[in-house]
Amino acid sequence: MSSRSVTVTVNGSTFEREVEPRLLLSDFLRHDVGLTGTHVGCEHGVCGCCTVRVDGEAVRSCLMFAVQADGAEILTVEGLAPAEGGMHPIQEAFKECHGLQCGFCTPGFVMAASAYLDEQQRADLTDEEVREAISGNLCRCTGYQNIVEAVKYAAKTMYGDS
Amino acid sequence: MSTRVFGKPIRRNEDERLLTGLGSYVDDISAPTAVHVAFLRSPEAHARIVKLDVNRARGHPGVVAVYTHTDLGEHDIELPLMIPHPCMPYPKTQRLLAHDEVHYVGQTIAMVVAESRYVAEDALELIELDYDPLPAVVDIEAALEDGASTTHTDSPGNVGAHLEQKVGDPDAAFREADIVFSERYSIERSAGMAMETRGVLADYDARTQELTVWDTTQAPLTIKGSLGSLFGIPYNKVRVKQPDIGGGFGTKVMFYPDEVLVPWAAIQLERPVKYIEDRIEHFIGSAHERKQIHDIEVAATADGVVLGLRDRFVHDTGAYIPYGIAVAQVAATQLPGPYRVPNFSVEFTAVYTNTVPVTPYRGCGRPQACMVIERVMDRLATEVGVDRVEIRRRNYIQPEEFPYQRGDILFADGLPVTIDSGQYDKQLDLLLETIGWEDFPAEKERARAEGRHLGIGLANYVEGTGLGPYEGAHVQIEPTTGKVWVATGLTSIGQGLETTLAQVAAEELGVEAHDVLVVTGDTQAMPWGVATFASRAAVVSGNAVAVAALEVRKKALGYAANMLEAATDDLELADGKIFVRGAPERHVTLKQVAIASNPLRYAFDDDARAATQFAPARRADGPQLPPGDEPGLEATGYYSPPHATWASGAHAAVVEVDLATGELTYVRYAAVHDCGTVINPMIVEGQVMGGVAQGIGGSFYERMAYDDTGQLRNASFMDFLVPYATEVPAMRLEHLETPSPLNPKGIKGAGEAGCIPVPALTASAIDDALSDLDITIRDMPLDPCSLKAIIDAAPTR
Amino acid sequence: MKPAPFEYHAPETLDEALRLKSELGPEASVLAGGQSLVPLLNMRLAAPEALIDLRKLDELRYINLADDAVAVGAMTTHRALERSDAAYSACPLIREALELVAHAIVRNRGTIGGSVAHADPAAELPSVLVALGGKVKARSLRGEREIAAADLFTFHFTTSLEPDELLTELSFPALEKGAGSAFLEISRRHGDYALAGAACVVSKGNTRLAFTGVGPTPVFVESDDPDAAAAATSPSDDIHATADYRRQLVRVLTSRAVGLARERAEVSG
Repeated sequence: MSSRSVTVTVNGSTFEREVEPRLLLSDFLRHDVGLTGTHVGCEHGVCGCCTVRVDGEAVRSCLMFAVQADGAEILTVEGLAPAEGGMHPIQEAFKECHGLQCGFCTPGFVMAASAYLDEQQRADLTDEEVREAISGNLCRCTGYQNIVEAVKYAAKTMYGDS
Repeated sequence: MSTRVFGKPIRRNEDERLLTGLGSYVDDISAPTAVHVAFLRSPEAHARIVKLDVNRARGHPGVVAVYTHTDLGEHDIELPLMIPHPCMPYPKTQRLLAHDEVHYVGQTIAMVVAESRYVAEDALELIELDYDPLPAVVDIEAALEDGASTTHTDSPGNVGAHLEQKVGDPDAAFREADIVFSERYSIERSAGMAMETRGVLADYDARTQELTVWDTTQAPLTIKGSLGSLFGIPYNKVRVKQPDIGGGFGTKVMFYPDEVLVPWAAIQLERPVKYIEDRIEHFIGSAHERKQIHDIEVAATADGVVLGLRDRFVHDTGAYIPYGIAVAQVAATQLPGPYRVPNFSVEFTAVYTNTVPVTPYRGCGRPQACMVIERVMDRLATEVGVDRVEIRRRNYIQPEEFPYQRGDILFADGLPVTIDSGQYDKQLDLLLETIGWEDFPAEKERARAEGRHLGIGLANYVEGTGLGPYEGAHVQIEPTTGKVWVATGLTSIGQGLETTLAQVAAEELGVEAHDVLVVTGDTQAMPWGVATFASRAAVVSGNAVAVAALEVRKKALGYAANMLEAATDDLELADGKIFVRGAPERHVTLKQVAIASNPLRYAFDDDARAATQFAPARRADGPQLPPGDEPGLEATGYYSPPHATWASGAHAAVVEVDLATGELTYVRYAAVHDCGTVINPMIVEGQVMGGVAQGIGGSFYERMAYDDTGQLRNASFMDFLVPYATEVPAMRLEHLETPSPLNPKGIKGAGEAGCIPVPALTASAIDDALSDLDITIRDMPLDPCSLKAIIDAAPTR
Repeated sequence: MKPAPFEYHAPETLDEALRLKSELGPEASVLAGGQSLVPLLNMRLAAPEALIDLRKLDELRYINLADDAVAVGAMTTHRALERSDAAYSACPLIREALELVAHAIVRNRGTIGGSVAHADPAAELPSVLVALGGKVKARSLRGEREIAAADLFTFHFTTSLEPDELLTELSFPALEKGAGSAFLEISRRHGDYALAGAACVVSKGNTRLAFTGVGPTPVFVESDDPDAAAAATSPSDDIHATADYRRQLVRVLTSRAVGLARERAEVSG
């Protein structure tokens, strides 16, 4: 199996690597680029722990090959916080609302929320809307309620009038 | 007594790193020279291996080694029996790598080590495995019949354990009873299914003979001791560190073959070796739990007071029984719940089957016991003609009856069951108010008028928690940062120990919780302790931290008194400073005290230089470090509970059943829990909610679908249905605090609470929703198809 | 779970893709969104020698309204089609069904062509296409042809596409004036494959129903009678549900979907 060259921009930095075509994007990000914040929970596209944003859209990185991301811009959880330090409002919201316990599924939820909030761009989200939006990610620790609160809280912080 | 930090919903210390992608889970740990492991696992539930040829795999490019049992030498062992008990006639544990017989789909047969996991999996396909299938034992009742084939061909039968226990005189109770009935209840097998699978990274330095292991284990100290003795490595040259762990739920407590084989390979190869279990391996290689079938007889007065119970149950232990009878025994001891039940007998048989071994999963037998006793209470209510609330009140242990002893029955800690405290009526009152119990009948009627079927159910439970033997904590004021350092031997698996234990220390030492650095599960940082299981971390480690922190506080005040030339009684400790009451300008910081407590010559920073301006920390003539004294501002403290402390809770839910499709929706959910003194209510609530979600999974979504050949038909998240956010309702939570009289802080455990009553209350709610029909739910979990079948088969009442 | 090795091709044009498909034959799998294929590869349930990745074929990404139909290029993602207000106005059944396909994150990558070509017997889109009486275009080096939805699905995971053909376009007939449609399904969790699902179009007293999850291919019924619908299906038992139960769901879905579609027809007509 011949290797291919891929050029990917991750969190604003460009990486060029030789990879086997079968190398999953999740493994590429974690081990070739060295960003281990994106986690692997199932490798069959159900749990969402591996969620990243490719060209703005939330995707399951375990269901993509690195070669398919050639030329793409990828945002991972490490790229959310502002360069000067601190956390992104979504991350702050998860901390404030106790939206994580073991933290393993958390980057996936944060990235899914990031894409969702960028799409909605409004402060008042209902529980039902948020549950639907995060329904592609599994959490085994929190029972989801505080994750829902965190996303609503983040929406208010990011798009509320104050 | 008001507290500053203890008892407050402090936001967690661990969150920032976990939220920004800076967690260090085992697969995140950098080991660029590591080689990677994949296991050949048995594709058959029960078979004799006829041929195992790994030569082609060994020759595959990128493969470093392929091991079978013949390569293990003196380490070709069976895993230890972690908790022996005389009631196990022929205890079986698995070999690291199978010999000629395999006993469950997923059992490890060969280990491939390669330059990448990709290559290792390629090599697996090159291993030639031929086998003769043997009959698979799956049905736990059929397994006990005469002539049944055996899970292990060299065993006389399928009995993993058999134990009969008795409290009081059940026979007399049955003779006296006005009401006697029998019932049969069952719960199906499920599993913890943490989002992170298991993993081990081992590194052996042949020059220094030091073995370092990162392991997603809930019991690093057990691993350390076992590896040291297995490999003949000096105890203090084995270091086991927990990485960040992505959920445990009990699955990560017991000893697995890879936890020995990966370090073994690291020693052989003198390279770091990493094994990350994939999800399918997790389904067929990591422990399951829950399956039990109970046949229970109930004896009660005409007023519905339970005089006695006789329960016989069969417990599926899977192919091996490394964890002994823990799950069955917890179920047996929790059976009477929060009720007096002065007489009962419980007999269990743990059965070997050709399935994944069973070890505790959150709840550890309590959900099964709760299902049984709560369904019994519901039936008893019907027999007596009172409602489900009243029947329970008639049976509760009352506050003045504590401590309540249950005779000769021994809990999982080997000690007699003694329920220390609780307020079950008050707990129930709070629940009824929270769920809106009184107003529900009207709501139900309104819904019926619209053609909808709503029902309400409730269940309560007790939970023996905080077992010994003990935990320890090392607390130190750092001389470099002035922060408080806390190390304890058990592990964090998501329950927020870096915050709760920080709160305990911060309260004693007058600092903020975020100025306390907590390290868990590093055998070098804290070499004594037990493990995280049985809802014990906050109770046992929490109290140990308090002991150590109090000791540090005393030392700090003592040194500060010398340094400030004041009396200890005149000193206050707050905001990281010790100062003279009424004269705050006369103060010294904790960091300065820590520096001064070490009679070291170098002044390595400004604080160290400043420390010299005070009087010496020790007032003594003679040696600077007097005999019996120690440098540094630190202490190690231990806490050993006299016996388990008993938390409790009561949950209720309103559900809707769609009669046409059998679909079930949880409309609303309420949980009241009592875990005594609460260190951090936000964290406790999170634990309860997470447990409830697992309970919902175990009530209507999840079950291990073994077929009768022992194949697991749903070994992936596609078909094993862990609930998403859309399947879990919003929950209203309330606390009750009945402090435990057993430990200084009054803490009881909370980690398992949420999942315990869910199957019971769901069954109760479904019965209520379908009260027009003659239905009693006895077997959980259900799903739309099976619920629809029950509905269709039911005669109208 | 890592896939077995494969040769990887990312053709720049449709013609190049067709050439590759023709040369490599059945040993090559087509990679579109990957949401169905990659799990199979990761689990090594499939191990093709080569993948032909269609990601560069922008010519297959479009949503056009023409000839009273919504014409969708095969590489259009579920999400793009779901979001298209123009497609929704013309044919609301599409969005209603798409919202039940897995989860939004999966729909960001999954393609309309990929899903239909994959022909999962419990997937939503094939039944939508059949209920609407849609069609697809298939291309090969030998030329292009149209295949009616009724002729497209032959068995589970099997279509009447020839081995050298690629699906290039799907055509969803627009809803007539005065017609109504509905898509309903019963699944175990939100986003799961349907235990049974029904796509329904009601127009001028005519009822078209196509069921998913109750046979190897979508089951088409031109009747509003629940029993007739159930009788037309051939569901299987699996770990989630029995065949009998699925037939019961078909009865329930028939009344509910037809009822809803009729309501909507009255509103629009």
